[in-house]
Amino acid sequence: MPDAETSSNRPAPPDTGPSATGPSATGPSATRDVSAEAPAVPKKRGVPEGLWIKCPGCGASLYRKEVQRRLNVCPNCEYHFYVSAAERVSHVLDDGTFEPLNEHLRPTDPLQFSDRKRYADRLVAEQKRTGLSDAVLTGTGMIRARRVAFAVTDSAFIMGSMGSVVGERLARLIERATEQNLPLIIVSGSGGGARMHEGILSLMQMAKVTAALARFDQAGGLFISVLTNPTMGGVAASFASLGDLILAEPKALIGFAGPRTIKATIGIELPEGFQTSEFLMEHGYIDRIVTRERLKSEIAQAIDYCGK
Amino acid sequence: MDAGPGLEFEREIVQLENQLAERERLADRTAEQEAEIRTLRQQLNETLREVYANLTPWQTVQVARHQSRPYTRDYLKLAFDDFVELHGDRHFGDDRAMLTGFAKLDRFKVMVIGHQKGRTYKERAACHFGCAHPEGYRKAMRKMSLAEKYHLPLVCFIDTPGAYPGVGAEERGQAQVIAESMFKMSRLRVPVICVVIGEGGSGGALGIGVGDRVAVLKNAYYSVISPEGCAGILWKSHQYAPNAAESLRFTSKDLQGLGVVDDVIEEPLGGAHRDHHQMASRLKTYLSRTLGELEATPIDELLENRYDKFRRMGVFLEQAVAEQGSEV
Repeated sequence: MPDAETSSNRPAPPDTGPSATGPSATGPSATRDVSAEAPAVPKKRGVPEGLWIKCPGCGASLYRKEVQRRLNVCPNCEYHFYVSAAERVSHVLDDGTFEPLNEHLRPTDPLQFSDRKRYADRLVAEQKRTGLSDAVLTGTGMIRARRVAFAVTDSAFIMGSMGSVVGERLARLIERATEQNLPLIIVSGSGGGARMHEGILSLMQMAKVTAALARFDQAGGLFISVLTNPTMGGVAASFASLGDLILAEPKALIGFAGPRTIKATIGIELPEGFQTSEFLMEHGYIDRIVTRERLKSEIAQAIDYCGK
Repeated sequence: MDAGPGLEFEREIVQLENQLAERERLADRTAEQEAEIRTLRQQLNETLREVYANLTPWQTVQVARHQSRPYTRDYLKLAFDDFVELHGDRHFGDDRAMLTGFAKLDRFKVMVIGHQKGRTYKERAACHFGCAHPEGYRKAMRKMSLAEKYHLPLVCFIDTPGAYPGVGAEERGQAQVIAESMFKMSRLRVPVICVVIGEGGSGGALGIGVGDRVAVLKNAYYSVISPEGCAGILWKSHQYAPNAAESLRFTSKDLQGLGVVDDVIEEPLGGAHRDHHQMASRLKTYLSRTLGELEATPIDELLENRYDKFRRMGVFLEQAVAEQGSEV
């Protein structure tokens, strides 16, 4: 179930945008710095380029390096900027411990799907733009010396949507976690839900991954699901909602149907803060809201509580 | 069966049907008139065959949504010998979009769970046009537990445009309940048969769609998103719904080709809406045969097969990786 609201925003990731302030705001020396590094660095997602950036949460002008030092979180209002899958790995896992799995699985175009653009071309463009082969990284690694099975979806790759490769990588990871009795951590960032371009096959990945989780659960496995901005549609309606523990970053958009779809269906204004992490916690669907800075230690703590 | 408000591509068919009905109303018919009726009937059948053999995906959607198409409640009347409706989710309410209860089919006692759309406007409004809320999926899960406890096979009829998108639905955990329902079905220790009888709309359909056998009626469809929704996102306009319907590959033939459904159940000539009785009888035959097969299989084997079936779904490339020795 792709979500109309967030999907229509592609290819822009949630937090990129024309928010970098111009050189004029930063003085002559800053101008030199920016122009010196700009051509060499590929366009970074999440925290927009430029020495100063504007926070979409509070509107403050922030020093870019300061934001990056804080794992892409606004020091003023705790707005959590987008982070890539690779950055997330570095935030959560111990340095150098991540061993990727099933990177050799590659997406294809089983339906020969074409909208205004062929899916086959879209895949190539997305791969080039993001440096990812599909929307999920899976593998094993250590969290404060505890070995875990770890996955993270990247909302920049076709809205972090789940097609056959995402489903297959997750299912294989879950099966490995079951065999090796590893705690399983999946960090979701997917506004796209089930990927439309692979049609019904994407929908079926929800059942496939869910069935693998049911077996993992039966074997006593610990699954910690971490929800980040945005987690919608078919991802929310499958693995992301099935954690023994469900943690969420502050103010993430989380839900089943997109806010625009809901508004169009019922024709009333949506309540303040609708479908945010805070809204979900209020309604009883997540265990804890955890800032990015605390995520690693909270996961480690939960693993210890559950005796893994 | 009355074809109801006409489908555009059925115009010629409806004309022939009207002509035929008019001729047949005459009490004392001459031999000439009898011959005319025979010719008209033949012509009608040929047209039906022709039109229905060549439905476009978008036309298929129109047939799957036809207001005269049999719904879950119709099949419960026509294909089953008994039905004892069971209400409520014991948390919040009784979702009319999810019809559940005990039923008998031939020698089998089963639990039936099905989406219900409603035929009159009043019924449709009460059922939210077949869009279930979280209480609907919780109701379904309660009945699944009951079925498991008393070893009743589960029969699910899927017919929904999608799970309801609304404030209350989100507040009460729409995403959560769909995930939980699939989770539960994937390891439910009774045989499970799921049949897409009309619209298989996305997660709302899959929420009661994990089974040992998944079948689809010939003119039903099963999709990750509605063609209108897909067109709105990818073509930026709902007008492109017919294009999206082509691209999404969701007709019964496609679904079987993609390995997503096990069986396609043929419909009467001109679609299920033309002959409820015949459709119900075909469905009954299918269910009775399949229940017999599943009943004869040990439950652990069923669960293993159920897992493998969904585990195999998906299409991807497996590139050769020398050090891992994987095959391509």
